[in-house]
Amino acid sequence: MFEKTLAELAQGLASGEFSSVELTRSYLDRIKAEDGALNSFITVTETQALAQAEAADQRRAAGDAHAFTGLPIAHKDIFCTQGVRTSCGSRMLDNFISPYNATVIDNFNTAGAVSLGKTNMDEFAMGSSNESSFYGPARNPWNNDCVPGGSSGGSAAAVAGRLAPAATGTDTGGSIRQPAALCGITGLKPTYGRVSRYGMIAYASSLDQGGPMARTAEDNAMMLNVMAGFDPKDSTSIDKAVPDYTLTLNNSLKGLKIGLPKEFFSGEIDPQITAQVQSAIREFEALGATVKEISLPNTHLAIPAYYIIAPAEASSNLSRFDGVRYGHRCEDPANLEDMYKRSRGEGFGEEVKRRIMVGTYALSEGFYDAYYKKALQIRRLIQQDYVNALAEVDIIMGPTTPHPAFKLGEKSSDPIAMYMEDIFTISLNLAGMPGMSIPCGFTNGLPVGLQLIGNYFAEERLLNAAHQFQQATDWHKQTPAS
Amino acid sequence: MEWEAVIGLEIHAQLATKSKIFSGASTAFGAEPNTQACAVDLALPGTLPVFNAEALRMAVMFGVAIDAEIGHISVFDRKNYFYPDLPKGYQTSQLFHPIVGIGHIDIELEDGTTKRIGVTRAHLEEDAGKSLHEEFPSMTGIDLNRAGTPLLEIVSEPDMRSAEEAVAYVKKIHAIVTNLGICDGNMAEGSFRCDCNVSVRPKGEEKLGNRTESKNINSFRFIEKAIKGEIVRQIDLIEDGHTITQETRLYDANKDETRSMRSKEEANDYRYFPCPDLLPIVIDDEYVEQIRSCLPELPDARKARFLEQFKLSDYDAMVLSAYRELGGYFETVANTAGDAKLAANWVMGELSKHLNQNDTDITVSPVTAEMLGGLLLRIKDNTITGKIAKQVFEAMWAGDGNADEVIEAKGLKQVTDTGAIESLVDDVIAANQTQVDQYVNAEPEKRGKMIGFFMGKVMQASQGKANPGQVQGLLKQKLDALAN
Repeated sequence: MFEKTLAELAQGLASGEFSSVELTRSYLDRIKAEDGALNSFITVTETQALAQAEAADQRRAAGDAHAFTGLPIAHKDIFCTQGVRTSCGSRMLDNFISPYNATVIDNFNTAGAVSLGKTNMDEFAMGSSNESSFYGPARNPWNNDCVPGGSSGGSAAAVAGRLAPAATGTDTGGSIRQPAALCGITGLKPTYGRVSRYGMIAYASSLDQGGPMARTAEDNAMMLNVMAGFDPKDSTSIDKAVPDYTLTLNNSLKGLKIGLPKEFFSGEIDPQITAQVQSAIREFEALGATVKEISLPNTHLAIPAYYIIAPAEASSNLSRFDGVRYGHRCEDPANLEDMYKRSRGEGFGEEVKRRIMVGTYALSEGFYDAYYKKALQIRRLIQQDYVNALAEVDIIMGPTTPHPAFKLGEKSSDPIAMYMEDIFTISLNLAGMPGMSIPCGFTNGLPVGLQLIGNYFAEERLLNAAHQFQQATDWHKQTPAS
Repeated sequence: MEWEAVIGLEIHAQLATKSKIFSGASTAFGAEPNTQACAVDLALPGTLPVFNAEALRMAVMFGVAIDAEIGHISVFDRKNYFYPDLPKGYQTSQLFHPIVGIGHIDIELEDGTTKRIGVTRAHLEEDAGKSLHEEFPSMTGIDLNRAGTPLLEIVSEPDMRSAEEAVAYVKKIHAIVTNLGICDGNMAEGSFRCDCNVSVRPKGEEKLGNRTESKNINSFRFIEKAIKGEIVRQIDLIEDGHTITQETRLYDANKDETRSMRSKEEANDYRYFPCPDLLPIVIDDEYVEQIRSCLPELPDARKARFLEQFKLSDYDAMVLSAYRELGGYFETVANTAGDAKLAANWVMGELSKHLNQNDTDITVSPVTAEMLGGLLLRIKDNTITGKIAKQVFEAMWAGDGNADEVIEAKGLKQVTDTGAIESLVDDVIAANQTQVDQYVNAEPEKRGKMIGFFMGKVMQASQGKANPGQVQGLLKQKLDALAN
C-alpha cells in the first residue's frame, strides 16, 4: 500500500479496494512506527485525520466524491490549520493554535482530503537543511545521517519515507525543489500568484509560493488541481483559469525545445550530478525533444540579490511576532522594551535572527539605495534573463542542486556554504516562474534531482514533460531501505 | 526683533468607509474593545491585506476637490516600528507614490483677503489601535477596533504664518472633507486630527528655523492655542539664547501647553519599503474624470451661490456653506419660508443654539428643516410673533409636533382682533396711573422710550399673543390723546 502513488490510491478508494479510514489508519500506524528516526512530523493529527477519513468515506458512499476525496496527505507546518498547532518550526509559535485555515488547507478540505499532520521545516522556512527547526532536524530517508534539505524537509522526508503519499510545501528560494531533489521525490514550485498565500505564514512575501510534493508528476498534477486558483483574500494571487493538470500529462514531447544554461553546468558541482542530469537529458532527446545551450548571464547575482530581498521582507514580516497577541512571551517582562527583546530573543532561533538583522540593515536609512533598491534592479535583470531564454526554448533544464544531501552539521556553522546550495533554485523565485525537481539518478546512494523550468503559467508543460520522463524511467520508483 | 512663525500641518482625516482599509471588519466607533478586529486586523500569522476600493474613491475625490495631481501609479509602503497597538509591527502607508500629489486651497483672512495654501500631498494609510493605560494597573490594555481604519493624511506646505491662518486652513479642509462626505469630521472621536509643525525665524529671514511637531490635536481651539503657545515658547527660548530642538511634542489641553515626547535622536528609522502583499494601484484618467463629474458642490462654490442667490451677508454665507448638512438644511428652510435672511437668522441662532446645547448633530435634529421653514411661514403671515415662535420652536424640539400643531394645541395664535387688543390696552392704562402721569408730563421726544413699559404690560396680559404692531399703535394713540 505504501508504494502506491496518489493516483493509484485514488483508484483503490474508487474501486472499494480499501476505505479512506483503512488507508488513513495504515499511514498513521506507519508514522508512529517510523517517524522516530525521520522526525518528519511536528504534529500528527490522528483524531482529526480519522474523522476526516470517515467523512470522506461517507461522501464517497453518497456519490459525491472528488478525485481527492479520502486521500491522506501531510501539510508543511507553515500552513495555518484551524484548531491545530501551526508552529512554522519555531519556538515563537510553539503555543500557537491557529483559529483559521489557510486557503490551501480549505481547498484540500473542500476536496475531501485527509490531513495526517503537520510536517517539520526550517524555522520560518529559513534554511536549506531543516536544521534550523525548533523541533530538531528531519532526516533523509536515504541516509539518516544526512539532511533532507529545506525548508520543506519534513514534507520531503515524509513522502520519500512513505509516511505520506504526498505533502504540501512552500518554496521561497528552492524550499520545495531542493528537498525534493535531496530526498528523491517530485516537487513543483508554481508560478508566483498561482497558489494562494493566504494563511501561509510569510517569510518573503514577493517570493513565497506554495506547491505540491509527491512521488510522481501525475500526483503533483492531482495536488495542483486542488491547490491552484485565484483567491480574493490574496491580492497577489492571479485571476486566471486553472486547467485540469492531469489532462495534458500524456502529450507527446516531440519537438519540445530544451535549453541548457551553461551557468548551471559549470563551477562547484558534483560531477556525478552533472553526469546523471546529462543522461536524463538524453532520455528527453529520445522522447523527441531537441536540446540547445543557452545562457542566464546574471545567475551569479541571484544569491546576493536574494539575500537582500528575502531578509528585508522577512525583517518586516516577522515584526508581528512581538509577544503581544499570540506566540511566545518571555516570563515577567520588566517593561515593554524588555518584553520585546526577550520574547523575540527567546522565540527566534539563530538563522531567523541572522536574517532579521541582515534585512533590517538593508532597509535602514542611508543603505536602502545601495542594498534593497540595487537588489530589486538585479532581480529585474535575472527575470529578463529567463524571459529571453524562454522565448527561445520551451523548458530550461539543469541540476536542482550542486551537491546531494550533506551530513547533518556539515554546513550549519557556515551560512554562506549553506546558501550556495540554493544557487540553481533561487534565481527562479526572483523571476517568479514555475520550476520542478524530479528524480533522475543517484550519487553514492543519494538521490539526484533534475530541475525543469518553464515560462509563467507553464505548469502543464512542466508536468507533461516530467510525466513522460517518468513513464520512460523508474528513478521515481526507487525506495529507500527502511 | 520681529519674529515670523512658519507653520505646516498634517491632517489625519478618517475616511467614512463602512469597512477597514485592508479587511472586512467594521469601522463603526464605540464598540466593545476588540470586537471589530478580524484575523487580518489582529495580524495573525499568514493573513494578508486586501485594499478597500472605496478608500481609493474617497482619496481621489479629495484630490479632485483641491485641484491636485492624481498619481497614475500609487504604491503602499510599510512603515516599520514596534508598538503594542500596531499589530503587524508596521503601518501600511504611502511614502514614495501617494495617491494625491500637489494641490491647493484658498483661505479667507480676517482682513477680507484670501491666501492660497499649498497641499504637498495626501496619502492613504491605516490607523493603529489604542493603548489603554488607565484602566489596568501596571498593565496596558490593547483595543484593536480602530486598527486598520482608513486615514487620509493631508500634508500642507509650510505656508501659514499665524495660528489664525492655520485654523482657517484646518477649517477649510474640514469643510471640504465633510462636504464630500468622505469624513464625518468628528474631532472629539478622533476622526479628524491635526499635527502642527511650527518654527520661528526673524522676519525677512529665508532660512527656516528648527521645527517642532505637536501631535494629534483634536479641536480647532486647541490647534490655535497649541500653535500660539509654541510660537511664544520658541521665541522666548531663542531670545534667551537657546536653540530649538527638533522634536515631537504632545499638546496637553488640560494644562494648555506642549511637552516633549521624543527628540530627533530618539526617532525611529522606519525602514520604508514597498509592501509586497499589495499590488500598485493603477488609476486611469477615466476613473478620475468620472469622479470629477460626480463631485458634490464644495464650500467655496456653495458660498458664492448663497451670496448670489440668497443675498446673504458674507459672514452668514461662509458659516452656512461650511458643512454640507448645514447648507442643505438652510436651503430647505429658506425655500420653504421664502425668506433667506429670516432663515439664516433662525438656523444660525435658535437652531444652532439648541444643537450645541444638546450636543446634537444637525442630521438628527428633532426640528427638521421642513418644520423650521413651516414655523417661519407662521411668523411671516402674522399668525404668531417672533417671541411666540421661540416657544413654538421649544415645543417642536421637545417633539410636540410641527408648528401648526403646536400653535393650535397651545392656543398661541396671535390676537389681531382690534376690539380685544383695545380692551387690554384700556385695562393697562387704567391700572398704571403713575406711569400714565409720567408719560403725559414728559417731553414729547422722551415719550417714545416710555411706551415700552406699557407694551410689556399689554403683551404680558395677552400672554404674548397680541400683535405687537397693533398694540403699539393703539397705545400711542390713546396715551397721546391723554397728553394733549
